[in-house]
Amino acid sequence: MKLPAKQSTRVEYGKVLAALGQENPDIVVLDADLSGSTQTHLFAQAFQDRFFNMGVAEQDLMGTAAGLALGGKIPFASTFAIFATGRAWEQIRQTICYGNLNVKIVASHGGVTVGEDGGSHQAVEDLALMRILPNLVVLVPADGPETRAMVRWALSYQGPVYIRTSRIAFPIIHEDNHRFEMGRGEILREGEDVTLVGIGLMVHHCLEAARLLEAEGVSARVLNLSCLKPLDWELVVDSARETGALVSAEEHLVTGGLGSAVSEVLTEFYPAPLKRVGLKDIFGTSGKSDFLLKHFGLMPDDIKEAALAAIAHKGKS
Amino acid sequence: MPRAEERFKQNIMDRVTDEAQLRELARQVRLDIVEMLYRAGSGHLGGSLSAADILVALFFGKMRLQAGDPHWPERDLFVLSKGHAAPAYYAILARLGYFPREELFTLRKFGSILQGHPDASATHGVEVSTGSLGQGLSVANGLALALRLNQSQRRVYVLLGDGEIQEGQIWEAAMTGAHYGLDHLTAIVDRNRLQIDGRTREVMSVEPLAQKWEAFGWHTVQVNGHSFPELMGALAAGDLIKGRPKAIVAHTIKGKGVSIFEDQAKYHGVAPTAEEYQQALKELQAA
Repeated sequence: MKLPAKQSTRVEYGKVLAALGQENPDIVVLDADLSGSTQTHLFAQAFQDRFFNMGVAEQDLMGTAAGLALGGKIPFASTFAIFATGRAWEQIRQTICYGNLNVKIVASHGGVTVGEDGGSHQAVEDLALMRILPNLVVLVPADGPETRAMVRWALSYQGPVYIRTSRIAFPIIHEDNHRFEMGRGEILREGEDVTLVGIGLMVHHCLEAARLLEAEGVSARVLNLSCLKPLDWELVVDSARETGALVSAEEHLVTGGLGSAVSEVLTEFYPAPLKRVGLKDIFGTSGKSDFLLKHFGLMPDDIKEAALAAIAHKGKS
Repeated sequence: MPRAEERFKQNIMDRVTDEAQLRELARQVRLDIVEMLYRAGSGHLGGSLSAADILVALFFGKMRLQAGDPHWPERDLFVLSKGHAAPAYYAILARLGYFPREELFTLRKFGSILQGHPDASATHGVEVSTGSLGQGLSVANGLALALRLNQSQRRVYVLLGDGEIQEGQIWEAAMTGAHYGLDHLTAIVDRNRLQIDGRTREVMSVEPLAQKWEAFGWHTVQVNGHSFPELMGALAAGDLIKGRPKAIVAHTIKGKGVSIFEDQAKYHGVAPTAEEYQQALKELQAA
């Protein structure tokens, strides 16, 4: 059977969650009136008594999830990334992370590919808000198979986890039976002149950029750092040592997310030129997803240009 | 009778129903609070003293607990949503034998099991880490939902401050508790009418308070929060209410038990001076 070329990470989340509900009776799911969008409605239909709609109340969503975790359940709490991490940041901080509770926050609609709903609904700072929290594991799947693997992994892990999913479908990179390992980055393509580091949809764009660079005689390594926290810093350092220049690419502000994380590692352990592809001190806006990716400079071409600039900086930093 | 139910009825700490005994426990808890805060040099005096009788009624008169075993699987659960009343909570947990009483006097010191605000990872008997106001009722709802999924008869109690309920999340959670008909949940509001900046009616009015809970779908009663017969009566009566969560608005006096601390906002978050400490001991020892 031929796999579909593209999948949406939120849709794959919804499907795997409903499947896991069958396997594990302790899973409970909470949503804040967005179950059709976050895809938790699939679980809700199958397991009515284990699904709790909290209404439009994200702070209460997180607190109730915390209580269910304390009561021995394994809660998955879902809403849009901006409301989960922005509206309820302090609930995540105080009640979930400070208490180190076994809550899985799976937030959809990360990044500008939310599209037409506009800047108010496009989370471009959620990874920054989550990455700074002690005890929390922060994950951004690069495709459908990785989403399924991460959700399965999160279920087996004792402690709080944040997973960011996306609205739109994008190309599949991994095998169907992909396994996720916490704290490990992946080398998706080997290269010698530069390293392209991506998360989420941007991993695919990094792979495309590597092909563009190859056509110009530049050999690019591509990393998927889907485990943003704890970060595979050794892989970043090794890549800096072996390729001498890096580009980070994320559907997020360049501050606080992947670009910052890579930059912190390089500055502390192995200074090397880095160019960060992402939103630069700006909010999102309404438009078609594809257009917005171009508008905000998140396309393979943009990554290619950043890579050439980073290579040009070699030996100068 | 199924074994689980048998077990549920065994191993329960003897509940104190005698009013004089409860009063004496509360007097000792208040002495501990004053001593702890004086030795710590900081802490929240007023709200700990106002809540002391409520907590004694709950922990010694109502909740199913096993003295000496904070992890007893059939225990009732408590959330101190007004986390700054930690000294009163700790004094009670020590008396339940969850940790040695000497620990009380390490309150707020580096490395102590007794953090400035309740920390479940540090203190045996603390179920939920609190301190940032407004979050405990949601957690209590979640606990009650988990217990219901397990078809458990255990109950959940949560203590809220009357300044705390100015937080919007409380009212989100009030909707949730009623929507899911959490009848094993009781919220008690320590209505001492003061918050850090002054009287609640001047800072941000919370009235009509009982009507608010009632309107949100909670079975609501008002009691004198320093009267054990009234507290015990309301807690017992609440057990008979099915299909709705219960709210008890407990009218209290901030700083209750020591005349110089009573009904004064300035004693919200300070430790007693040496002089105040002596005066407090004198009054509480004579009480």
